[in-house]
Amino acid sequence: MKITSKKPLDLCLALLVRGAAAITCLVLVFLVGYIFVKGVPYLKPSLFSLTYTSENVSIFPAFITTLMMTFLSLLIAVPLGVFTGIYLVEYAKRGNKIIGLVSITTETLAGIPSIVYGLFGLLFFVTYLEWGFSLLAGAFTLAIMILPLIMRTTEEALKAVPDSFREGAFGLGAGRLRTVFKIVLPAAIPGILAGVILAIGRIVGETAALIYTAGTVAQIPGLAKEGSVVFDSGRTLAVHMYALSSEGFYINEAYATAVILLGLVIGINILSAFIAKRLVGGSN
Amino acid sequence: MHKYKESIMRGLFFLSALASIIAVLLICIFLFANGIPAIGKIGLFNFILGTEWSPTDSPPAFGILPMILGSIYVTAGAIIIGVPIGVLTAVYMARVCSKGVYKILKPGIELLAGIPSVVYGFFGIVVIVPIVREFFGGTGSSIVTAAILLGIMILPTVIAISESAIRAVPDSYYEGALALGASHERSLFFAVLPAAKSGILAAIILGVGRAIGETMAVIMVAGNQARMPVDILRGARTLTANIVIEMGYAAELHREALIATGVVLFVFILIINLSFSFVKRMEK
Repeated sequence: MKITSKKPLDLCLALLVRGAAAITCLVLVFLVGYIFVKGVPYLKPSLFSLTYTSENVSIFPAFITTLMMTFLSLLIAVPLGVFTGIYLVEYAKRGNKIIGLVSITTETLAGIPSIVYGLFGLLFFVTYLEWGFSLLAGAFTLAIMILPLIMRTTEEALKAVPDSFREGAFGLGAGRLRTVFKIVLPAAIPGILAGVILAIGRIVGETAALIYTAGTVAQIPGLAKEGSVVFDSGRTLAVHMYALSSEGFYINEAYATAVILLGLVIGINILSAFIAKRLVGGSN
Repeated sequence: MHKYKESIMRGLFFLSALASIIAVLLICIFLFANGIPAIGKIGLFNFILGTEWSPTDSPPAFGILPMILGSIYVTAGAIIIGVPIGVLTAVYMARVCSKGVYKILKPGIELLAGIPSVVYGFFGIVVIVPIVREFFGGTGSSIVTAAILLGIMILPTVIAISESAIRAVPDSYYEGALALGASHERSLFFAVLPAAKSGILAAIILGVGRAIGETMAVIMVAGNQARMPVDILRGARTLTANIVIEMGYAAELHREALIATGVVLFVFILIINLSFSFVKRMEK
């Protein structure tokens, strides 16, 4: 269909639609390109020193903290989310009141802004449970935040497993538990994994929920302090980047951190899409 | 033994399913228990409609109307910028572009959704703030700047939900319009788009939720002056920013007033969530 041979209104509408799509693409390309072009030259080896000083402005401690935070949050949220999904799809009877209640609360959780999670984490984990600014307080806060995402993807992945799988297993004499763990869950793994990877993306990018729960100390947790690692404070890459750009002295290092964050997010998105595609391919 | 294992695991799954319900309850209890007393002490009227926020003066003033208005202005601006571009892009993706273009565009939009808010905020500082300063004068940190940045940030939400709403419109609408002699564009805009309006409304509501809850990016570009917003080219402070900026050093009634700010934000979000599920139910 040629654009040039259209009536004025049609032409206008066609241009509007294409223009909007072009703006969206341009914004994305410009944002990613700008950060990469400006930031990549500042990825110097000194950025990866073991400890943070005001001279090397190392992001290495923040990187390690991010890994720890991700691991801890997933350790809490994945079993809870997956088990909830299993209960809702495999165990609860249709029309069970719990199902409705869980879906309402999950929707609520999904809509709560991260600063409200941060505030709650500060009030409950940091103050009420007296954990102080710590990895653990941050991880629990983030775990609640990503719970809806993991639950929903698990639920969808389990629902996508054909009933014939379950009937086959029951027919061969397997109990419900064995059917779930040996037959249904393995078939749903790619879907769950895609959700978990998206959750990692949210953890890596989160700032507001962490400032007042995990604190903003630029160190590898547990390295300087005696005692348990999980009760020490530390800042993740995103928090680190906020600190750098709000202090204003280390704009170049902030660019470099932005490059690393963007790189991680792009990698995470590609991985998640790849796994989700394999899921679609597998069920055909 | 097997029987025990079945029922133990069943109990475990059930308990996990309660996690999201418990989380919502805890968040409500801790926020309200810590925030409501402050509202009582300050007085609901003085708190919500007070035009002065000077928590460290004596006597202190805890009026959050400037922040409520700040949040509303910034969010409204984001909607004005983000919704038209988002909806038109969604039309492009759902009904205009070829499969090949879609395959590139869709992951791009997903990436836009995954970029951490600090990276958006940093992009705002280094790109949008200087542009606004150049064109409109002043410091560049203003309501307009925050609105532009948030407009970009809500794009993926608006696009994703509008797109699925447009896709859900039966092809017969489009074909019927074509058969009556309407052009491709007219059929899209006057037959398909009106039919998707409740889904698009849901997209806008969710966009409002994202914009009003956004914290880090807004803090980095909005200027954060705690006074009644006078001009969209000057700075303003949002509810979210108020919490993050002052929570670090606040004590006693000041701290409680900040938590109460969180309560007001939480109530806003609950209202937005409720209207979202209401609109979604209307759709069915």
